[in-house]
Amino acid sequence: MYKLFLRSLISVFFLLGFSLNANAEFKVGFVYVGPTGDHGWTYQHHEGRNAVEALGIKTTYVESVPEGADAERVIRQLAQSGHDLIFTTSFGYMDPTNKVAKDFPNVKFEHATGYKREHSNVSTYSARFYEGRTLLGHMAGKMTKTNTIGYIASFPIPEVIRGINAMTLAAQKVNPDIKTKIVWVFTWYDPGKESEAAQALIDQGADIIMQHTDSTAPVQVAEKAGVWSFGQASDMQRFAPKSILTSIIDDWAPYYVERSIAARDGTWKQQDTWHGLKEGMVAMAPYNSAMGSDLVKEVEQLQKDLASGKVHSFTGPIYDQKGNILVAEGAVADDGMLAGMNVYVKGVEGDIPQ
Amino acid sequence: MSFDLNFIGILIGAIMASSVPLILAASGELITERSGVLNLGVEGMMIIGAISGFALMVVTDNLFFAVVGSMLSGLIISLIFGLLTQSLLTNHVATGLALTIFGIGMSAMIGKNFVGIPGKEFPLLFVNLKESIPFLGPVLFGHSIILYFAFGLPFLTNYFLKKTKTGLIIRAVGDSPTSASNQGINVTLVRYSCILYGGAMCGLAGAYLSLIYTPQWIENMTGGRGWIALALVVFATWSPIKVLIGALIFGGITILQLHMQAVGLRIPVQLLSALPYIMTIIVLVVISRDSRKIKLNTPTSLGQIFYKEK
Repeated sequence: MYKLFLRSLISVFFLLGFSLNANAEFKVGFVYVGPTGDHGWTYQHHEGRNAVEALGIKTTYVESVPEGADAERVIRQLAQSGHDLIFTTSFGYMDPTNKVAKDFPNVKFEHATGYKREHSNVSTYSARFYEGRTLLGHMAGKMTKTNTIGYIASFPIPEVIRGINAMTLAAQKVNPDIKTKIVWVFTWYDPGKESEAAQALIDQGADIIMQHTDSTAPVQVAEKAGVWSFGQASDMQRFAPKSILTSIIDDWAPYYVERSIAARDGTWKQQDTWHGLKEGMVAMAPYNSAMGSDLVKEVEQLQKDLASGKVHSFTGPIYDQKGNILVAEGAVADDGMLAGMNVYVKGVEGDIPQ
Repeated sequence: MSFDLNFIGILIGAIMASSVPLILAASGELITERSGVLNLGVEGMMIIGAISGFALMVVTDNLFFAVVGSMLSGLIISLIFGLLTQSLLTNHVATGLALTIFGIGMSAMIGKNFVGIPGKEFPLLFVNLKESIPFLGPVLFGHSIILYFAFGLPFLTNYFLKKTKTGLIIRAVGDSPTSASNQGINVTLVRYSCILYGGAMCGLAGAYLSLIYTPQWIENMTGGRGWIALALVVFATWSPIKVLIGALIFGGITILQLHMQAVGLRIPVQLLSALPYIMTIIVLVVISRDSRKIKLNTPTSLGQIFYKEK
């Protein structure tokens, strides 16, 4: 009797496993670092997912997954539960993604903002946010009265440092006296801490607030204090209708749609994508008319030139803080240098936390 | 860094504003713990208060309803904790943790419809005095009414616990529920009331965040402040005044380290970020060294399940 029960139990499990495999429909998984309601970074990735879902492709997402060991567990779980393509949408998922990819050669992985493609089933993709930062720097340099730009930074990784440098270079070009003050908050998302950082920068004389964090708190603090600000990742205009000058918008939807279709149809190949203003992966929210129509026109022209390649964000001569030359006069930084950027350019105050 | 007096005044004002949620939540939790109940659900109750306050503000367009509603919802969710631990005699620690997880999930669910709606301006008092008096102006004026309440609360709590009969009863229940019960005190009723009071204060702390400090709803916006409030109560050895000191030190160093960064001081940023936690613990441990007083203030039956034998 007991054996019979055991045997039937085993067969039920087998049947269950078989039917699960037989029904395997194409599924795409997403791992987010913040909540979908952050109205910034994760929100934009979620919009991309919605576009994939609209094609009739089944998707799953997991929100607020901490970077590190937890991430590996979540990614592994998605791979095990029959997902064919998995987007891991934060820098800190780089090693976990590659680790899991090794064990699931039939599952395709797409890691955002990283550079490691250790297995043939891992692609990386990112956007040239620094092109947007160049536009921000131009506006900041023109709009500041105190010549002090406040920058809320998250983690000392190349992507963040690149943004700080691109902004500073562009601001220096239109206003040689500007100073960039940086506060590192060591989080992508903590509204309370972000607003405290914004307030500290304003109290220290910054009249322009920029952020490389994901919540809308800093632009609201700026609005209250009557200083200019820029939105991050998505259009944050309604949180600071008077004082926001523009937002850098990440538009992942076309890429997610393209890659999902490729994976479903079997044409997916490993690649490293780095798109910018030209391809529309980086877009700018409408410019605030409060900065005057002349400046708006200037910035629109600069945006066109960046998109066409006529202007490059990192055109020499560029010096580091000690005065050593990084990029020679007339040359532009290549992608390898940009991807590994780990020094400040001249004019940025302070040290990069190690 | 400019060292003019007015700037220091603005700095102190910012520090006070940032410590308000800690003071409110910790003062509430302190009363709960003094009655012998360990409620680890502070974070969950705060976040429920934050979303209900914000949701009510959007729906009713009335800040008074929003504030009262946030306290009520904190109270209601703590009632769940009360029912479980006091009537069904579940473990305090496990139930409190569950309450936090429940609160965070529940708030995210309710909050789905309130994401991306800008908050409303909360009226600040004596704004003109703030600008006209140097130094003292930005310290004392231009704050919300909740801030003034929060700074009075520890003193009220201290008086209440030490000088009133009800305070004595709460302490008796926390120290020895069996003796208190033998004296004819309804231990369960006292503990229920303390749990509900703690819930209401945590709700108010949450509403301060979503209505005044960062006026909007964002998921997880309490960002661990509930846990810090919990730790403050323990490190302050259950003394309301020390809770106030601890909260001010924590808020103060949080703000100061950001300023030190903005000034460009060459101190490792990671160390600066850890400073609020380290300093708060060191200071509270140092000022609470008197072991006789610790014994006097510690609720002996903290976290223990009490049931009346029939």
